[in-house]
Amino acid sequence: MSGASETLLSVEGVSLSFGGVKAISGVSFDIRKGEIRAIIGPNGAGKTSMLNVINGFYHPNQGRITYKGQTRSRMRPYRAASQGIARTFQNVALFRGMTTLDNIMVGRTLKMQRGLFWQMLRFGPAMREEIEHRRAVEDIIDFLQIEQIRKTPVGRLPYGLQKRVELGRALAMEPDLLLLDEPMAGMNIEEKEDMCRYILDVNKEFGTTIALIEHDIGVVMDLSDRVVVLEYGHKIADGTPDAVKSDSKVIEAYLGVAHQDDKASGPAREVAA
Amino acid sequence: MLYNVFIDPFVQMAGAPDLLVQALWEGLVSGVLYALIALGFVLIFKASGVFNFAQGIMVVFSALTLVGLYEKFAAFGFSGHLAAYVALALAAVVMFVLAVVIERVVLRPLVNQPDIILFMATFGITYVLIGLGEMVFGGDPKQMIADELFLPGGSIDVEMLGGFVSFQKIDIAATVIASVMIAGLAVFFQKTRIGRALRAVADSHKAALSVGISLNQIWAIVWFAAGLVALVTGIMWGARSNVSFALEIVALKALPVLVLGGLTSVPGAIVGGLIVGIGEKLGEFYWGPLLGGGIESWFAYVIALLFLLYRPQGLFGDKIIERI
Repeated sequence: MSGASETLLSVEGVSLSFGGVKAISGVSFDIRKGEIRAIIGPNGAGKTSMLNVINGFYHPNQGRITYKGQTRSRMRPYRAASQGIARTFQNVALFRGMTTLDNIMVGRTLKMQRGLFWQMLRFGPAMREEIEHRRAVEDIIDFLQIEQIRKTPVGRLPYGLQKRVELGRALAMEPDLLLLDEPMAGMNIEEKEDMCRYILDVNKEFGTTIALIEHDIGVVMDLSDRVVVLEYGHKIADGTPDAVKSDSKVIEAYLGVAHQDDKASGPAREVAA
Repeated sequence: MLYNVFIDPFVQMAGAPDLLVQALWEGLVSGVLYALIALGFVLIFKASGVFNFAQGIMVVFSALTLVGLYEKFAAFGFSGHLAAYVALALAAVVMFVLAVVIERVVLRPLVNQPDIILFMATFGITYVLIGLGEMVFGGDPKQMIADELFLPGGSIDVEMLGGFVSFQKIDIAATVIASVMIAGLAVFFQKTRIGRALRAVADSHKAALSVGISLNQIWAIVWFAAGLVALVTGIMWGARSNVSFALEIVALKALPVLVLGGLTSVPGAIVGGLIVGIGEKLGEFYWGPLLGGGIESWFAYVIALLFLLYRPQGLFGDKIIERI
């Protein structure tokens, strides 16, 4: 789908272990500018760990991460955010006591520059800045069609809307790379369709590069330009959705082979769906 | 006996309403000051999950710094209103430096350690501050420089309800300043970028990190805010009695206030402070004689105990439901 092929981010030989447990072993892949890249794999394959490595929550034991041409052995959350990596979480991590508006405004934190002194005075420059950023946030609220819940504390919202607010907060950072961890988990069909549309719109209209983890194979096949498949921390396949779908290792990972009868019955259902 | 406990105090209240007003007023004032101390605890607890045992000593330390600096100025012949305000500004700077140092030296190395370790570390901060205060400014009680700071002295006697009620001017000033400060903090928290970031950190560290909020910076800012609250509290308490390390005992009254209000709630700290302040004054006036007086010093703890038994999360705190 995407014509551009410049590499935005690449991870090379990344390994991560917690004590004796190896979450990721020697995984390499790249994300090209402007594409939608899916990361799939059975539970415990290391998908979320990989996102955590990319935005600096986890520091890999080995390997390198190259983002926007700069190579590092690890990211830091603050640096990742300030260089344009935004993300959402598998189990929605919102500021539950705050309103939708405030949650999305927090996403603008790095874009607002006035220091503690002006903030304490509040009026003058800090106020002008506040108004300017409020405008940007209102645009995002319009885009996601959540005008009616602007002033509602997010803790009270249904799950599907919380996911949408979380996407809004990530968009408020005007990211170059957007990491989505299971953006459609626990949603019904209509909510999933809405979310798919938003993801495609973000990608098309803002040109944002997106990396997403998703279990719904149908969604992955529809949305993504390229797919990387992890299993037990190893990369087992990487390519276009069609190529990955017919890869024998992937089929084995999801469906199990004949003599491992019950091992993968869960994911198998999802493949069928 | 039952008459003495349940009926007689109210008869007395109705019989001498001017005394009742006086008791309520005095309760209100000490309640406001308890609320201020509790507010310092809540600020830090919300943002970092640290129960800061040193908050009480920060009140003493900041007041001592203010008075001590002024005395040092006076020794060089620089005194009066200007010197007092220079000392005040410098005391605020000292609290800022203290916040930054605590974040760097104590909090940052202990991040992700169990809560009890951080709690113990604040004990350490307490003793460091006591030692530092005594070393630099001496351990003897000092007079608060109330006049130099333009804080009013004396009292206003108002004739009402068939008697005289006396309002200390310093108490009125304390109540007004405390209210203004709490309102200011509320606006700061609600309406500014840093205020929002503080609330965000209090809600979810993970999400706050993902949008690029620096936890270290936020922690330094909350400790500074708690330090400023401590400074104002210290000035007010100091002006009512004097500035000495004995103030710390009073600061411990914030603990029952926190139990009442809930550790994570700013309104809780305020309401809890007022309940404890007014409750203990009324208790002392009307029920104290039954027990031989002196109940003011333990009344708050009894209320706290009752709350712990029947409503451990406090009036406004978060009810913690753990999954088992």
